[in-house]
Amino acid sequence: MAKTLLDKIWDAHVVKSIPGGLDVFYIDRHLIHEVTSPQAFDEIEARGLPLFRKEQIVATADHNVPTKNQHLPIEEPLSRFQVDKLTENCAKHNIELYGLGHERQGIVHVMGPELGITQPGMTIVCGDSHTSTHGAFGAIAFGIGTSQVAQVMASQCLLLSKPKSMRITVDGEVRPGVTAKDIILYVISKLGTGGATGYFVEYAGSAFRNLSMEGRMTVCNMSIEMGARGGMIAPDQTTFDYLQGREFAPKGERWEQAVAYWSTLFTEEGAQFDKELSFDAADIAPMITFGTNPGMGMAIDALIPTDVPVSEQASYSKSLQYMGFQPGESLLGKEIQYVFIGSCTNSRIEDLRQVARFVQGKKKAAHVEAIIVPGSKQVEKQAIEEGIDKVLAEAGFELREPGCSACLAMNEDKIPAGAYCVSTSNRNFEGRQGPGSRTLLASPLVAAITAVEGKIVDITQYLN
Amino acid sequence: MEKFEVLQSTAVPLPIENIDTDQIIPARFLKATSREGFGENLFRDWRFDNAGQPKADFVMNTGRYSGKILVAGKNFGCGSSREHAAWAIYDAGFKVVISSFFADIFKGNALNNGLLPLQVSDEVLARLLTQIEQDPQTTLVVNLVNQELEVPVWEEKIPFAIDAYKKECMINGYDDIDFLVNQKEAIEQYESNRPWAY
Repeated sequence: MAKTLLDKIWDAHVVKSIPGGLDVFYIDRHLIHEVTSPQAFDEIEARGLPLFRKEQIVATADHNVPTKNQHLPIEEPLSRFQVDKLTENCAKHNIELYGLGHERQGIVHVMGPELGITQPGMTIVCGDSHTSTHGAFGAIAFGIGTSQVAQVMASQCLLLSKPKSMRITVDGEVRPGVTAKDIILYVISKLGTGGATGYFVEYAGSAFRNLSMEGRMTVCNMSIEMGARGGMIAPDQTTFDYLQGREFAPKGERWEQAVAYWSTLFTEEGAQFDKELSFDAADIAPMITFGTNPGMGMAIDALIPTDVPVSEQASYSKSLQYMGFQPGESLLGKEIQYVFIGSCTNSRIEDLRQVARFVQGKKKAAHVEAIIVPGSKQVEKQAIEEGIDKVLAEAGFELREPGCSACLAMNEDKIPAGAYCVSTSNRNFEGRQGPGSRTLLASPLVAAITAVEGKIVDITQYLN
Repeated sequence: MEKFEVLQSTAVPLPIENIDTDQIIPARFLKATSREGFGENLFRDWRFDNAGQPKADFVMNTGRYSGKILVAGKNFGCGSSREHAAWAIYDAGFKVVISSFFADIFKGNALNNGLLPLQVSDEVLARLLTQIEQDPQTTLVVNLVNQELEVPVWEEKIPFAIDAYKKECMINGYDDIDFLVNQKEAIEQYESNRPWAY
């Protein structure tokens, strides 16, 4: 029977199947960070279990780190304790750690791919739902809870039932100003925040195929925002070109063998999916969200929908009330106070380049605070080498040091109550960027234009 | 993990859809390195104002409802993979969450902590919410062994589904880690026979 990409990688990682439909499923790479690992270390220690394959674990500190003065000790005592705990646990168990100040430190889903740790055909897990990012390389990658972090530490395996499969095809050419972020926000707005729950998604079609690896990562990153366990894109020449020469990518003869194997990783003609959806790329406009879940998105010049099913009206009203918006209203002209460019969705060098290209020679609006947080030390270094830091500084944007930052506001980077923030991150939940904060998700291009204008505008006026 | 067979309790209704894990436990409370104490901050920003005072109109503060069962709108637990969400709910005294739909990762996390995610139809959920709001003393009986949710006042037993393995784990208080560690030989054999290893 013809196999899907998911089938091929899944089947290659089943250690054994047990009665009742669960598989003992092997994990190739386990990424850990300071927030979801300490209780897992405690658990395996309490049970007297050794780490089964410590060389397959890589750690970094990202969620709870300051984005200023990273060379100094962390001021906030609880954050410092948590980051120190990671350092201590990694030292005790001999795990590779890219901690604060390390040249390889970064947001876990930026760091893994840029070092070539992420490779096609792999299974990758991390105690973070945006692990789906790594699926951009044609890997099975998904977020897990802390109990599962402990399971992988103890056995390099998880007990899982195979998810259902969904293929989302977007064909055609996108309009000017439509980026990877707009494509995925559009798809999520069509499916809703739970529309892919229980499924693993494969993205197919020319709109995804034409994206860079950075763009593909942005797409796969947000798979979880429609409930999918993960998303994936079959590896191709773009994937191989990105990986070749990266630190942990195979070298020499081994590289040739790897590419030969990776080239077999695609969905075969006639393979069946549990669900198939298709969209036309030409229908996608630059997007923005207006509500408190990522499914509440629309074209930036559209009106906030009024046609909501009766059963969802209460939650919908609560959401708009929180945002301070009315059904049927346009967002154009709405003044915003903050712009956040960063997170595992959009903090890669391509994102920073796009922002720099637009803001060069312009200034941010006086009332806007514009923060740019690079995804990793490597992205930061490259931005400085390319002079992006200077362009941003001249435009009044503040370039910070790497971390998750205002995406989830665990550190001091918070948006004040009631303030509007156009953010390139992945979640617009109530209070996500700080208690009372109001988040509008968008692409780095929309974010940059908003920062300069100080309000939401129809970005097409800027596009040639 | 605590064993779970049958639970009889009143319930707390939370008729909001798409309750995400940032509402269940906001990220700023994830700095703790142990599993304890998260219940204090369950639904923090719905339950308390900026000064830390309870908001009088939130369902857990009205004094009208109590019990070990939380009944919530569909797509409960979407968003982040933080297991802290399951810990917080359990730590606040809940043993069961009833909804018409659960996000995947939350569901797995709940099951790994002895917190039963019990899925019912949209129709049953709507009836349950109305019933509890009308009579907060309504008792529900969750029988995991028989896979039935009993609503005595309706004289109805509503069957629910759960993975057979997970049911065994819940009833016996077992978790996956015991099982997986016992698979070491098979795992090592798999590792040595892989056609392509990373």
